[in-house]
Amino acid sequence: MPVLRWIRRNLVVLAGLLTLAYMILPNIVVMVFSFNKPNGRFNYAWQRFSLDAWKDPCGVADLCGSLSLSLRIAFWATIGATALGTMIAFALVRYRFRARGAINSLIFLPMAMPEVVMAASLLTLFLNMGAQLGFWTVLIAHIMFCLSFVVTAVKARVMSMDPRLEEAARDLYAGPVQTFVRVTLPIAAPGIAAGALLAFALSFDDFIITNFNAGSTVTFPMFVWGSAQRGTPVQINVIGTAMFVIAVAVVLAGQLVANRRRSNARK
Amino acid sequence: MTQQQTEGGDVRLTGISKTYGSFTAVHPLDLTVPQGSFFALLGASGCGKTTTLRIIAGLEDTTTGTVSLGGRDITDLPPYKRPVNTVFQSYALFPHLDVSENIAFGLRRRGIRSVGKQVGEMLDLVQLGDFARRKPHQLSGGQQQRVAVARALINHPQVLLLDEPLGALDLKLRRQMQLELKRIQTEVGITFVHVTHDQEEAMTMADTVAVMNGGRVEQLGAPAELYENPRTTFVANFLGTSNLIEGRIVSTGTDVVVAAGGGKLRLPGGRCPSSAESGGKVLVGVRPEKISLTHTDDAAAIPDGRNRVAGRITDSSFIGVSTQYVVESPAGTALQVYEQNIERDGRLVPGAEVVLHWNPEHTFGLDAAQHIHAGAEALEEAA
Repeated sequence: MPVLRWIRRNLVVLAGLLTLAYMILPNIVVMVFSFNKPNGRFNYAWQRFSLDAWKDPCGVADLCGSLSLSLRIAFWATIGATALGTMIAFALVRYRFRARGAINSLIFLPMAMPEVVMAASLLTLFLNMGAQLGFWTVLIAHIMFCLSFVVTAVKARVMSMDPRLEEAARDLYAGPVQTFVRVTLPIAAPGIAAGALLAFALSFDDFIITNFNAGSTVTFPMFVWGSAQRGTPVQINVIGTAMFVIAVAVVLAGQLVANRRRSNARK
Repeated sequence: MTQQQTEGGDVRLTGISKTYGSFTAVHPLDLTVPQGSFFALLGASGCGKTTTLRIIAGLEDTTTGTVSLGGRDITDLPPYKRPVNTVFQSYALFPHLDVSENIAFGLRRRGIRSVGKQVGEMLDLVQLGDFARRKPHQLSGGQQQRVAVARALINHPQVLLLDEPLGALDLKLRRQMQLELKRIQTEVGITFVHVTHDQEEAMTMADTVAVMNGGRVEQLGAPAELYENPRTTFVANFLGTSNLIEGRIVSTGTDVVVAAGGGKLRLPGGRCPSSAESGGKVLVGVRPEKISLTHTDDAAAIPDGRNRVAGRITDSSFIGVSTQYVVESPAGTALQVYEQNIERDGRLVPGAEVVLHWNPEHTFGLDAAQHIHAGAEALEEAA
């Protein structure tokens, strides 16, 4: 049975392709439906090809406003969480202090807590403090839940760093600041970058915590949720596709640069 | 390459010690490393040699004592302000920088802009000219080691500290790098302080060796001096192999006579511990290669005036240039004898009755109050 033999020989490849399809199919649906021209308000059934939505991505009221708000929140949350998380990670790995063990486990708390419970509790906290719900409460909440992820990513990197590298830098006339900028930071950079990317992604598409604590402010995920009740504009798919394409392009560019550097080093 | 510091550039450690909580890594210690010398700190792991080195580098604080360099007290200077550079055991090359940037690191940190020429010279010195653009992980162990040396030397330090720099290399490469480092040291004339647990390495490379044990310097001197005249059992066993025979002193004078293993052994009075007196105990030492082996049947032919010990061969191993015998005798079990393979006596096989004899001049005496196997165990740990 040649067919059976062929299947047996290519089983791993087949399984890989199937898994890949499983992951990519939803993304493809998003892309395809960004070129749809639906009859009525719901973009759920394919009608015919059209570039209308791509020509006018901000054509739906409030969509681009909410998108820019989400990007701003994600940007600042990434900066805040990465800065704080990096410092926490270095402190936890490099220094011995009281309650270090406790802090090490407390850092995981936001990851372990059910998101909806945390969202409700945060709202309680903000209301009791008399805080005005909006941009700032959302930002504070996002930095809080992104922190644990950044700490985890950076800690893994710092733990694998040889402390002798910093000693070597100090031995070679680099003061404390120079040592940090020239040696510690560049070596920890991949961990910090991974943490930052994670923070950006988490912040950008968070819905539950944001929905509880945003007051009358509307972020992009909240906008999508809201419009799904009344009708889904094709522009949502356009934004989604654009985000996906940008992300893939960034990853590819990164790999290209790394490859170029590696082949240069070999010369 | 020019020598930067021509006036007194000795490294002087005065009463330095280091304690971690209740553990004393280094006991109060005085040490002077003369400028331009190749100085080795030799000892088993945990003897305080690396701590001593790190104190000179400034990477470790002293608990007591001062460090001075060419008459200047540098005890409180941070490492980046000391004219001292280190070659680390793991090399500690910066993984994100290529070879030439690793080497240029020290110069750049001191604000020197045009580093190309000096880096090029350094790459030539360590014969890595073609590897300037490689990253450290693309180099072999020996190449990484040479980058580490170049990275330190380019700064023209007054002292270069080497922390077990050859420990990670295989034997052949290690021999090659020993000669290489020695060549570089002669060429640049910088003081080298070399930490190692390998006694052969220390003896091959260094002008002066300080043997350390338990946070103290046991003995300090030129390699040949240490080897021929060990003052403690630790040095006798750690530096090469020694046969130590327990005996009782019969008479003292220019020649000391010792009763041991049913016979009498003589040794020069000057090579006996000062505490030696008639009736006291002493350890008689002789190196394995100084001993000649003669079959008992030919014992009459042994010239008079030589120290003799009778015994039986229990083991022999042929290692090319020499044959190593283990001999059991009333004077002590497992006496080691190394014989050159010039005219091999076919009768010298395990079980043969033999006489060990050697020139009394080659005998040394040690204080019997010490542990007879000290140093031999340390050697096993280190290996």
